[in-house]
Amino acid sequence: MTELLSYVLPGVPYGCVYALMAAGLVLTYRASGVFNLAFGAQAYVSALLFSVVVQEGAGTWWAFVLSVVVAGPVMGLLLDGVVFRYTRGAPPLVRLVPALGLMIAIPSVAQMLAGTSTRVPASFVLRPNQVYFHLAGSAVSGEEIGTTLVAFASVAALAALLRSRRLGLRMRAVVESPRMAELHGVRSDAVGSLAWSISSLFAALAGVLLAPIYAQLNASNFTALLVAAIAAAAVGGLESLPLTLVGGIAIGVAQQVIGGYLPSGTILSSGLRPAFPFLVLAVLLVGRRSLRHDGRLDDPLAGCDPPMASLRPAPRMAEVALGAKAFTVALGAAVVAIAVAVVPGNWEFTFTQAAVLSIVMLSITLLTGLAGQISLGQAVFAGAGAFTAGQLAAHFGLPVLAGVLAGGLVAGMLGAIVALPTLSLGGISVGLLTLSFALLADNVLFLYSWSGNGATGLSVPRPKLGGLSFAGTGAFFGLSLVILGIVSGAVVLVRGGTVGRQLAAIRGSETGAASIGIDVARLRIVAFTLSAVIAGVGGALYASLEQSVSPNDFNYQFSLVYVVVVAAVGVYSVAGAIEAALAYTVLLQLVGSLPGRYSSLVALVFGLVALGYVRHPEGVVTYAQSWVLDRAEQLARFLQRDRASGAEAG
Amino acid sequence: MPLLELAGVSKSFGGIVALHEVTLAVAEGEPVGLVGPNGAGKTTLFDCIAGLLEPEAGSIRFGGRRVDGLPPFRRSRLGMARTFQRLELFSGMTPLEHLLVTERTRQGTGRLWKDLVGLGRPTRAERREADALLDLVGLADVADQPVEVLGLGRARLVELARALAAGPRLLMLDEPSSGLDDDEREALASAIERARRELGAAVLLVEHDLDLVAEVVSRLVVLDAGKVIADGGVSTVLADEGVRRAYLGAAR
Ligand SMILES: Nc1ncnc2c1ncn2[C@@H]1O[C@H](COP(=O)(O)OP(=O)(O)O)[C@@H](O)[C@H]1O
Ligand SMILES: [Mg+2]
Repeated sequence: MTELLSYVLPGVPYGCVYALMAAGLVLTYRASGVFNLAFGAQAYVSALLFSVVVQEGAGTWWAFVLSVVVAGPVMGLLLDGVVFRYTRGAPPLVRLVPALGLMIAIPSVAQMLAGTSTRVPASFVLRPNQVYFHLAGSAVSGEEIGTTLVAFASVAALAALLRSRRLGLRMRAVVESPRMAELHGVRSDAVGSLAWSISSLFAALAGVLLAPIYAQLNASNFTALLVAAIAAAAVGGLESLPLTLVGGIAIGVAQQVIGGYLPSGTILSSGLRPAFPFLVLAVLLVGRRSLRHDGRLDDPLAGCDPPMASLRPAPRMAEVALGAKAFTVALGAAVVAIAVAVVPGNWEFTFTQAAVLSIVMLSITLLTGLAGQISLGQAVFAGAGAFTAGQLAAHFGLPVLAGVLAGGLVAGMLGAIVALPTLSLGGISVGLLTLSFALLADNVLFLYSWSGNGATGLSVPRPKLGGLSFAGTGAFFGLSLVILGIVSGAVVLVRGGTVGRQLAAIRGSETGAASIGIDVARLRIVAFTLSAVIAGVGGALYASLEQSVSPNDFNYQFSLVYVVVVAAVGVYSVAGAIEAALAYTVLLQLVGSLPGRYSSLVALVFGLVALGYVRHPEGVVTYAQSWVLDRAEQLARFLQRDRASGAEAG
Repeated sequence: MPLLELAGVSKSFGGIVALHEVTLAVAEGEPVGLVGPNGAGKTTLFDCIAGLLEPEAGSIRFGGRRVDGLPPFRRSRLGMARTFQRLELFSGMTPLEHLLVTERTRQGTGRLWKDLVGLGRPTRAERREADALLDLVGLADVADQPVEVLGLGRARLVELARALAAGPRLLMLDEPSSGLDDDEREALASAIERARRELGAAVLLVEHDLDLVAEVVSRLVVLDAGKVIADGGVSTVLADEGVRRAYLGAAR
């Protein structure tokens, strides 16, 4: 009993911080329909700012005011005003991608600004590390008491605020129906800004409170915090703050208890703790009805909206379209050619990487672009393919090319299994579930010697086919192009065929699709399976290219990066996937050739891409093409008119 | 034996009783109008028949077999087709693509391997059929525009054409004329008429435009606060005192 208590008590402060973050998540989700995955990054920025200011010698209180009271709400207002205000009522993908981009961009940029030296976190509450009293045999420190009190009080204050007539009612009105609220004189934009500043204040507070438990400030710790918070918010059904608080504390405590009781030193005990919130999230998503669909779709006045701008470019004059396409492709090729000429490096290898990565990206084209399903776990399927090929080569001497096929098959089976629990879910929930799966793979599944073999990883040889060897990068590049060609062809055929049209129908409206007899559940499984097969083939090929892989090559961040890149460049076309892979690998190569302190440039590009995506969800390349098209069409019309008037005169 | 047979169907949302022991039969090929004030439960009734909502009590038979408990796509395959009051179009697709995917799904020949060897593309016959349907509802000129750029009236016609392309035995139309102009309303009436003539489909028509209702149906069912309060010939029902009170009273 005392042993149990000694695990339970230290969990409470963590739990309270989770609840604090979670309350912020619920607030913005309710007020603007955005599931702000950048919250962890915001917490990290505030913790970093706090530590920097304290280490510069300013007082703790000054640091607190600057990093939490000022920086928190300011960040929230910025994000709302520049990005998320424009995603209101947009499809789930459009609401998710900017948050993902910012989640990747913000920490790197902050790190760059703060200098590269690792920061030791400073502590804010009470007098840290001083034991105040003993409870049930365990020492309770000032940090723990302070954290618990501050977090608890903040959530309680928010709950009271939402219950108040003035603000609470307005906020509820905006949530129910922004248009109806506007008709009654509530300014929904103002309410949204308020919600964003309060919730970002909470994120900042959570960051500063939690920072001292880490040895050094590291953005990925704050991602873990974010996910625990998502799980806590799910306990509250993305609605109830008291339940969210209970959920946060329960998760914090459960993590400590798991850590205490499982035999130490095994993968399960070290992995289950970080993965636990994901399991909770997965169970809740599947089990709780209220979480399944985006509540915002039920706005009774939604029918009065002007229709969303089509994500598909309007039909064009055929010759002009061809010309503009040729022009943009030529422009892209010129940029790449200049990069190759100016920047030294192993470009042959880079282009081979791009070809292989294109295959992985095509898995997103099929699943997200065609079928409209959001997966934040594509890297897991790629990893499954890679490790299957590696294990089969190591233990059974299977030729690598056969391993690539086997990798695709195993990944496909995994895809089908992952699809099953998502069948009753809609939009962003599918994304969260697959994200939780990706973290489970990172922390547990891929660490065993029979799978990804932990940090050591696996070595995979280059393929041979009969007398043909693909050991050289040039030959491997040729092989990758052939496989890329086959996969692209398959995607094009599926898209033009019956299954492709049915998937497109599901993307448009699942209710409508069911009303004409489409078995939505079966087709979702088909989409996930096909997409996972493609990702698995790409992953296995990647392993063979790199000749050695470890789970780190396929961690959850890659899943997020892939989605952001493909969505931003163009998720609806095969060309988009290839351009995305090319742009990404070339960017990495360019930044890699710069001095180390510029490494955050990649993240900066991501941030800009996220901002651009909000305005142009059809993808930047598609947008660029249609921009060129518009100009070209104007010119063509002008010339036609010229000729016509010339004929008249003659 | 009636095509559609509801017996004692009830559905409530929290405290709101949307349907209370609705009993209703529709014969093969029969056109029936379903009217009632806003909030009477008409859309809820459609959702229960189509399988989007499960009623708490009662039974639903279609073509002689119990269909309650079947998912919507199975009911559709048995021969139910509908339009939606709040549109459920396939955004990003053109009207032509809407019809092509519907026809192909009706034939039930979607196989992945066929797509992969290039046999999945629309055939000439399918295109002809789709073009004919588009002509019928007057959408031929926008066949290749994404549906998002169409106005509400034409978007409703796309839903109608899609429902017809499914080759239904029962066609359920939820306020199909709202947002339509006169020409479109004309196309709507003739499309319903042709569905009856050529497909022999029964029609359940929810509509506030009583002229259109009288043009298309001979029998009228009146729903008020979830209950059937009248069921019979159009003129008899419209003359009924209780109906006038419920309908016109609510309209006032
Ligand atoms: N999903 C729902 N949740 C709660 N109440 C609902 C829901 N759908 C319909 N209702 C209620 O059921 C009643 C009947 O609605 P509906 O079937 O849409 O009426 P009608 O189509 O005749 O205008 C209304 O009072 C409506 O508010
Ligand atoms: Mg209705």
